[in-house]
Amino acid sequence: MLKKRDDFEDILEERRNCSDLRYALKCYTPVVYKGLTPCKAGVLKNMVLQSDQLHYVINQVSKETGKAPEDVQEEASAILEEMAHRMQLSTVRFFAFTLCKVFKTLFRSICVNEEGIQRLQQAIQEHPVVLLPSHRSYMDFLLMSYILFTYDLALPVIAAGMDFMGMKIVGEMLRMSGAFFIRRSFGGDKLYWAVFSEYVKTILKNGLAPVEFFLEGTRSRTAKSLTPKLGLLNIVMDPFLKGEVFDINVVPVSISYERILEETLYARELLGVPKPKESTSGLFKARRVLSEDYGSIHVYFGQPVSVRSLAEGRVNRCQFNLTPRHIPKRPSDDVHSFVNAAAYRLVRAQEENMVLKPWVLLASLLLQNHHQDLDQDRLTEEALWLRDVCRQYGAFLHWPDHVPPSEVVSSSLDLHRGLVRISEGRVPAGPSGPGVHPGAGPEEQLLNQAVVVLSCASYRNQALHVFLRPALLASAMHIATSSNKQEVFNSFSFLRNMFSNEFILCPGATMQDFEEACFLLVKTGVLQITEQEVLSTHRGHRTLAFLTRMMDPFLQGYQVICMFLCEEASEALTEKTFIPAVRGFMVKQLLSGRLRYTEVLSSDLQKNALAALLRLGAVLKTKGADQTTLKVNRVMVNSLEDTLGKKPLQHLWFEFSS
Amino acid sequence: MASNSSGGSSDRQRIAQQRLSIIAGHLQRPEDGEWAIGAEECKAQGSKPNVSSKGRTVPRRRQEIMKWNGWGYVDSKFQFNKKGQAEFTGKRYRLSGMVMPALKEWFESTFGASLQHKTPASAIPNSSAVQPPILNEAFVEDLKSTGIPFSQDAEDRVFRAHGHCLHEIFALREGKVGRVPDMVVWPSNHNDVVKIVELACKHNVCLIPYGGGTSVSSALECPPEETRTIVSVDTSQMNRILWIDEKNLTAHVEAGIVGQELERLLNESGYCTGHEPDSMEFSSLGGWVATRASGMKKNIYGNIEDLVVHIRMVTPQGVIEKSCQGPRMSTGPDIHHFILGSEGTLGVVTEVTMKIRPMPEYQKYGSVVFPNFEQGVACLREVLTLITNVFAGHALKPQKFYITKFKGFDPNRLCVATLLFEGDRERVLQHEKQVYDIAAKFGGLAAGEDNGQRGYMLTFVIAYLRDLGMDYYVIGESFETSVPWDRVLDICRNVKERIIRECKERGVQFPPLSTCRVTQTYDAGACVYFYFAFNYRGLSDPVHVYEQVEHAARDEILANGGSLSHHHGVGKLRKEWMRETVSRVGMGMLKSVKDYVDPGNIFGNRNLL
Ligand SMILES: Cc1cc2nc3c(=O)[nH]c(=O)nc-3n(C[C@H](O)[C@H](O)[C@H](O)COP(=O)(O)OP(=O)(O)OC[C@H]3O[C@@H](n4cnc5c(N)ncnc54)[C@H](O)[C@@H]3O)c2cc1C
Repeated sequence: MLKKRDDFEDILEERRNCSDLRYALKCYTPVVYKGLTPCKAGVLKNMVLQSDQLHYVINQVSKETGKAPEDVQEEASAILEEMAHRMQLSTVRFFAFTLCKVFKTLFRSICVNEEGIQRLQQAIQEHPVVLLPSHRSYMDFLLMSYILFTYDLALPVIAAGMDFMGMKIVGEMLRMSGAFFIRRSFGGDKLYWAVFSEYVKTILKNGLAPVEFFLEGTRSRTAKSLTPKLGLLNIVMDPFLKGEVFDINVVPVSISYERILEETLYARELLGVPKPKESTSGLFKARRVLSEDYGSIHVYFGQPVSVRSLAEGRVNRCQFNLTPRHIPKRPSDDVHSFVNAAAYRLVRAQEENMVLKPWVLLASLLLQNHHQDLDQDRLTEEALWLRDVCRQYGAFLHWPDHVPPSEVVSSSLDLHRGLVRISEGRVPAGPSGPGVHPGAGPEEQLLNQAVVVLSCASYRNQALHVFLRPALLASAMHIATSSNKQEVFNSFSFLRNMFSNEFILCPGATMQDFEEACFLLVKTGVLQITEQEVLSTHRGHRTLAFLTRMMDPFLQGYQVICMFLCEEASEALTEKTFIPAVRGFMVKQLLSGRLRYTEVLSSDLQKNALAALLRLGAVLKTKGADQTTLKVNRVMVNSLEDTLGKKPLQHLWFEFSS
Repeated sequence: MASNSSGGSSDRQRIAQQRLSIIAGHLQRPEDGEWAIGAEECKAQGSKPNVSSKGRTVPRRRQEIMKWNGWGYVDSKFQFNKKGQAEFTGKRYRLSGMVMPALKEWFESTFGASLQHKTPASAIPNSSAVQPPILNEAFVEDLKSTGIPFSQDAEDRVFRAHGHCLHEIFALREGKVGRVPDMVVWPSNHNDVVKIVELACKHNVCLIPYGGGTSVSSALECPPEETRTIVSVDTSQMNRILWIDEKNLTAHVEAGIVGQELERLLNESGYCTGHEPDSMEFSSLGGWVATRASGMKKNIYGNIEDLVVHIRMVTPQGVIEKSCQGPRMSTGPDIHHFILGSEGTLGVVTEVTMKIRPMPEYQKYGSVVFPNFEQGVACLREVLTLITNVFAGHALKPQKFYITKFKGFDPNRLCVATLLFEGDRERVLQHEKQVYDIAAKFGGLAAGEDNGQRGYMLTFVIAYLRDLGMDYYVIGESFETSVPWDRVLDICRNVKERIIRECKERGVQFPPLSTCRVTQTYDAGACVYFYFAFNYRGLSDPVHVYEQVEHAARDEILANGGSLSHHHGVGKLRKEWMRETVSRVGMGMLKSVKDYVDPGNIFGNRNLL
């Protein structure tokens, strides 16, 4: 399972030793796509506006709305004006200069795999390139451009959400450093879609610049990868599928932050404290942030993935032969499922190369520790155990082996002292940060506690992909009525299905996932699997217990939501009121001690659960005049609740701790 | 050239002379004032063929004048002389006797080939390698009684066991022969064919029609699993023009006639068909009909399906033909279209009535150099929409070796269009100007008549080049497709790149030649040729590698909206893609026609279906 991965190079190191100004003004001559015919931004706009694609849609819209084609053309032009980037090398240099100052104060190091950079350079020359970084922080896209500038690589144009545009000057600056802006939702707006997709395709087809966007659509507030959004991926694959380019290289990039700048901000947002609007002043308030230590960043440029080889044998490209290529068409079923599968594959490629810091393991362990204070030695011992498990599972763990383990642990705890307070070598049960004021009321206290828990969870979540499949199997064994292999598989399949909005689980890959989980657990001596049965071994208990507990908050969360829907949900429950209502219910349960995991207060979990229930048909949406109401299929929800809570999940804990 | 032809008494003769000189311009050395494409006659008869010659271009023993394991005439080939310079031997072509110093450099730099590394062909056909014929004695007896000539000679049989696909020629050069026909029979007219087909049905013998043998689709390959006697029906002796109808501008011709002979004979009367496939020196009228051939002047004269007025074919069920020569009919699906492209699976085409035209009064070559292929294609498209049918036979070849330098143009990207204008003088000159004006809009510069003419001359000798390559570890082939205009550039880029990539993946040590040209244009699209060749040193099974790459290239063509074939046909080489090309129902239709016309699979070459 050990994957070979590249080594890292700290790009800040050089910055600490020589002039930032000289760096920002350095000679910048990136290699470009071999088929490139260079063109100016104005020419690009004309290419888009004069494309057959856009013409077609303009005429169509004009016919449908009765507007004159010239007026629609004007609209298109305005949309493009609002959208288009205006990359300027001078602005990029300005950012490079400013950012290296900022980075040096915030981070200990920014580590980049240089082999990945070399591969990228090659890829850029060969075919048009799409960059797909993970998205955990606002920093991501500036960081990407910064790195590419540093390595003298072609600067990408980046799809950014319109909300940045709220920050007037910054928005324009970002535009000048290569961002283009898209509205958050433009569902039915044909013209908008046409301008947008043609803009992206024109840049890509001509190899004018690498196109960068976030597959997850938005920053993940939980540090779990989000279900990929297919819109842009569809657009960038289109030129290949239609034969307009020979191939496209898609490069997944994994950006791992040792400490996320937005950590508690996210937690608050998930708990329902509305997020501050992205405004320039808001960003400057973040100056406080500058005085803190955020550890290091690891940026891993993954293996370029050829869209051609992805599509090989999966998509029949002849399907585009019978209509002119400029007429927009909904993707056919096979294209849709191809793009979807590719999206999952790419997100998994991002996950795989995420660097895990020791703290991720500590957070995972601390979140499971509810009962007693841990002394630091015990924590260290558990962390070492988990480290070894992690490695067996092929995780990309950066554990400094040359440093004594106790030091690794204490320095991690120190970096994250905002989340755990250690007193006299003892770590308190459950995470507890400075936000927990003893004087506050019980609900406020609970919420403050939850902020810390969710922050910790966001670190544990970084490791979820490593454990996910084995953990689902462990939980499946738990809820299965027997150790019969088929039954365990059924439970596994049930859980996998239930949680497919929560975690990255490729559609249709149940069997592979099951086999992967079995393989890992058998290989590590946790399970014995015969023709008929799945049995745990004696020495496997510890792992199984850990894995089950990792899943527990999710199982319990979904279970409570089911409970809520059966017991509390009124006829008038709407999509809008769902989250607050569930939250209220959960707070009550938590305060009364009937619910253990504060984590379930995460609106992310609640939304995912609702999406799953809707998908499974346990809840139905009915669109009304001004709101969408939710109808609960009580029988089904009840049975889901039962299945999720088959056995008291707590008992394993006692088994282990006694 | 034209000057030494004595002033004819009639206009017609004058035009005929002019026409001859034009064709000679294609094919013949300038200093050789005589009419020499029917080269065999010159040699065999030792005299100038006169206008009413009934001499035969193609003898029964073809191997006497044509290579048995390569392209064209025995006496004509490229070779490197002692000084290491390339020359073209013989006397038949304009290029003959010329030395081409640039060729060696092009050859070495393009392929990484070296004159030191030779791969000569085995010298003579090895009769012992040929399996003894499977003979159906009763059939042979009956055939003898008809008096139709036939042969069981190994050389005759080997000659008719192949077309000109790379794998076929490569095997012959190595002295390898597979299943070959057991007999060759030479009918000399329609009735002979009727008799042969009757006998074949009676004795259950397999027939394979053989025209010029220029097939590039494995159409002539004998199915190895065939256990019956295989008889090759060589149509070459059915080569007469039976009548010319000047009122209706048609000619009734026997189907075995080869292109150059047909033009020569018609020219004598002041006419032409204008059907000039690159293989016209050797390919036959029946072959064109059977494969849906296309000539380089199709923009003026049309493709074979536009040129035929009436077809006569002998099938196991009897003779199929229409009852009249009406120029167009609405009588259900056109039965000609069951015959056109039937690739020898339904019967033998014996006689064809073809449209003819008076020979053009004036003809002018031309050429344009474009900075790149993209501009060239855009220009062709424009020329076509503005003035249809102006010129024919334009070919757009990027990176050809005969024009290497042109001021201000990147030699690696420049692209040449060769032009031929035909018609009355005034119109030709007018069109010429129009075309050059349009070309200028696309950055094209007129590159002179010479380059144009050279382009045409090369058309006929290019097939000889492959044999030269094969002497030095270089194998290659061209293949074609047709594609809508908006995909031309995409398909060219993608297929070329696919070829390069597949070669690399399959261990080809040297970068391959992977290039293309637009050879035919239509309102709705164009025909694109791909040229692909590589140096195979270091490969244990080069032909297999070649075939895998060509297969991948064909997949790429289809994925990019190209057709399975514009004119080479399907044969056995491209059979596997037929179903997806014509749909399951389409296949069923074709099969049911075959089942009705030939239930015993007498025409058992197994092409197409
Ligand atoms: C160098 C070169 C250049 C070429 N250029 C062109 C070109 O420009 N345009 C083009 O269209 N093709 C071209 N071809 C392909 C080839 O010349 C054509 O397919 C041509 O029509 C074949 O004619 P043929 O007489 O040589 O037929 P063959 O090769 O002898 O036979 C081809 C097929 O037709 C069948 N057939 C032959 N005669 C008859 C008949 N009388 N009745 C029934 N079936 C028959 C055979 O059984 C076989 O299946 C080229 C080939 C080469 C090698």
